[in-house]
Amino acid sequence: MSTNTSGTSGTTPTDPGTEPGTGVSADTPAAAGGGPPRWLRGRSELGVCVLLFGLGLLVLFDAITIHTDFAQRGPVGPQAVPVLVGGLLLVVSLLLARDVLRGGHGEIEGGEDIDLSEPSDWRTVLLLAGAFLANAALIGVVGFPLSGAILFWGAAYALGSRNYVRDPLVAAGLSILTFLVFNNLLGVSLPGGPLMGVL
Amino acid sequence: MDTLNLLWEGFGTALTPANLLYAAIGVLLGTAIGVLPGIGPAMAVALLLPVTYALAPTSAFIMFAGIYYGGMFGGSTTSILLNTPGETAAVVTAIEGNPMARKGRGAQALAAAAIGHFVGGLIGTILLVVLAPTVASLAVDIGAPDYFAIMVLAFIAVTSVLGKSRVRGFASLLIGLTIGLIGLDEMTGQQRLTFGSLHLADGIDVVIVAVGLFAVGESLWVAAHLRHGQTKPIPVGRPWLGREDLRRAWKPWLRGPLIGFPFGAIPAGGAEIPTFLSYVTEKRLSKHRQEFGKGAIEGVAGPEATASASAAGTLVSMLTLGLPTTAVAAVMLAAFQQYGIQPGPLLFEREPGLVWGLIASLFVGTVLLLVLNLPLAPVWARLLRIPRPYLYAGILFFASVGAYAVSGQVLDLLLLFVIGLLGFAMRRFGLPVLPAIIAVILGPAAEQQMRRALQLSDGSLTGLVNTPFSIAVYVVVLALLLWPVLRRLLPGRPGATAPAAGDTDPAGTDPAGTDRSGSIDEERTRENASR
Repeated sequence: MSTNTSGTSGTTPTDPGTEPGTGVSADTPAAAGGGPPRWLRGRSELGVCVLLFGLGLLVLFDAITIHTDFAQRGPVGPQAVPVLVGGLLLVVSLLLARDVLRGGHGEIEGGEDIDLSEPSDWRTVLLLAGAFLANAALIGVVGFPLSGAILFWGAAYALGSRNYVRDPLVAAGLSILTFLVFNNLLGVSLPGGPLMGVL
Repeated sequence: MDTLNLLWEGFGTALTPANLLYAAIGVLLGTAIGVLPGIGPAMAVALLLPVTYALAPTSAFIMFAGIYYGGMFGGSTTSILLNTPGETAAVVTAIEGNPMARKGRGAQALAAAAIGHFVGGLIGTILLVVLAPTVASLAVDIGAPDYFAIMVLAFIAVTSVLGKSRVRGFASLLIGLTIGLIGLDEMTGQQRLTFGSLHLADGIDVVIVAVGLFAVGESLWVAAHLRHGQTKPIPVGRPWLGREDLRRAWKPWLRGPLIGFPFGAIPAGGAEIPTFLSYVTEKRLSKHRQEFGKGAIEGVAGPEATASASAAGTLVSMLTLGLPTTAVAAVMLAAFQQYGIQPGPLLFEREPGLVWGLIASLFVGTVLLLVLNLPLAPVWARLLRIPRPYLYAGILFFASVGAYAVSGQVLDLLLLFVIGLLGFAMRRFGLPVLPAIIAVILGPAAEQQMRRALQLSDGSLTGLVNTPFSIAVYVVVLALLLWPVLRRLLPGRPGATAPAAGDTDPAGTDPAGTDRSGSIDEERTRENASR
């Protein structure tokens, strides 16, 4: 049961996937994480309520600090809609909290490559985020062809690909090809960096 | 007659070699994307939004339309060969298509799906040609209050009709509206939610929001739960149909579009509900009812024709009213905004070349799909074997390219990341993504229309309801909002609590959601129960 037939990787050492058709079917109770799932789930959704409430306050606060004494056109100024949205955010956060406390819970999204029967794999997410941010940090310095390749290779590595020959080749090929297509065909300029200066 | 002339000119536009090429690229790309797990047509169009910087609008939309139709088709391949639907529209197809493939009739299932898409796309597009100009001319007089009412309807419909939890739908909607508020107020130039940042004063580009929510959010979410050990697709040969299959499939092909088209045009979740309705209809009408659940070809032919026709229906409301009813339409609307084109009744007057070129290209795309996909089916099936690390790394890669291309600023990549995290959290906590994206795209326009309407009425709220059209729309909105209460008062309907009973119960009570998981689960339970 390896991820692939062609030897991309020594797959990460988790147990093999569940039976093909039934992986997702028991999603709700099993998914939440390592700890005591139900209790934890209830609490984590209350966190969403708090965030929504905070967002509502932020929008309201921002709205009332808009100066409306000049440039006002028409009876409805720039404040009205933010006040409405902020207020509704407060209301919805309270309604959601009520729903959660009554035992309601959001339906976690499934998908064809998603196995909800195992706890969240935070290591992969963090590595992936790292690859993404590395591109953001490097694109201005080393240019897109290199930073894009780092992004692709890093992301593939994070997701469990361990072919040290093919991965970087695919990454470099994709990155340079994309650079050429965007720069030369689409006319959207991406930073070439020192590497493209040499070529 | 006038319509036919315009359509004829449209074919002139669509059949130029360049546009034909874009249609072919769109159809192939769309099919590939539909087949690939994890990418839906909405994400595909979002990732391709940067091409709007380089292509003429007509070419871009011809390509996007090809992606939309192609994606619908590609999703069914995954359903049939893998039993994991690539798109929500193809969920129902798995119920009959996969058993057919397991019995060695995968080729017939694929053929029934491909021809179903051809018929559905053809009928749907013909209905589009007939109806869209009429709707546009009826709507050409509508004013600010009417537009605002339509947008309110869109907001309420995506949160109330779809999804399992209204309060979560509304939470998502409000998050989207908040993102839409960021930037300068268009009427007064006041800064809102910018916190003094010059970059935020321009607002967050809708490309970044769409790509962040769909592509980055989805990749991070999949990364957290990546399934180890992929399901193997069932090998399949070239699709073909025998005489007996044809005899059983032609009626479902013709019935499907009649169900799909109207559902596509209203904000009720695109193809999910009508494909399910079509399945139930075919099951009732079939002479081979005992075969259902074990691989009845009617159960593939009907829903697939329905799915394509609903895509055409979606385009009616998007082009004539500027009302997106699915995520793909929402992202296409964003593309219109990128070009500074406002879809709506006036679009048919102002941009006839664009509109009719697009419509003609739908016919071209439908034919291309059939011609390309019957022989290419085994190739598409091979796409299912792509190593998942490459797939999701590629999505992140192109998401970054797209966001950076917006303005060439690193800050946009960071914004993309933050919105990606938001998308991740929304998936984790069951907040549907569609209301948020529709709110980002329609929110600012809705505010302008509302303020314009209130300006005309000098601030009196009656200015929002002073036309028959807007009143009618608000009645529908109220009915949607009060539906849970109304339903309790209606006699004789069993409670809407048991989704597993849905097999005999048309979609009225089936809360088919935007989130795939729910419906896939239901469908699996149903499937397991019928075994």
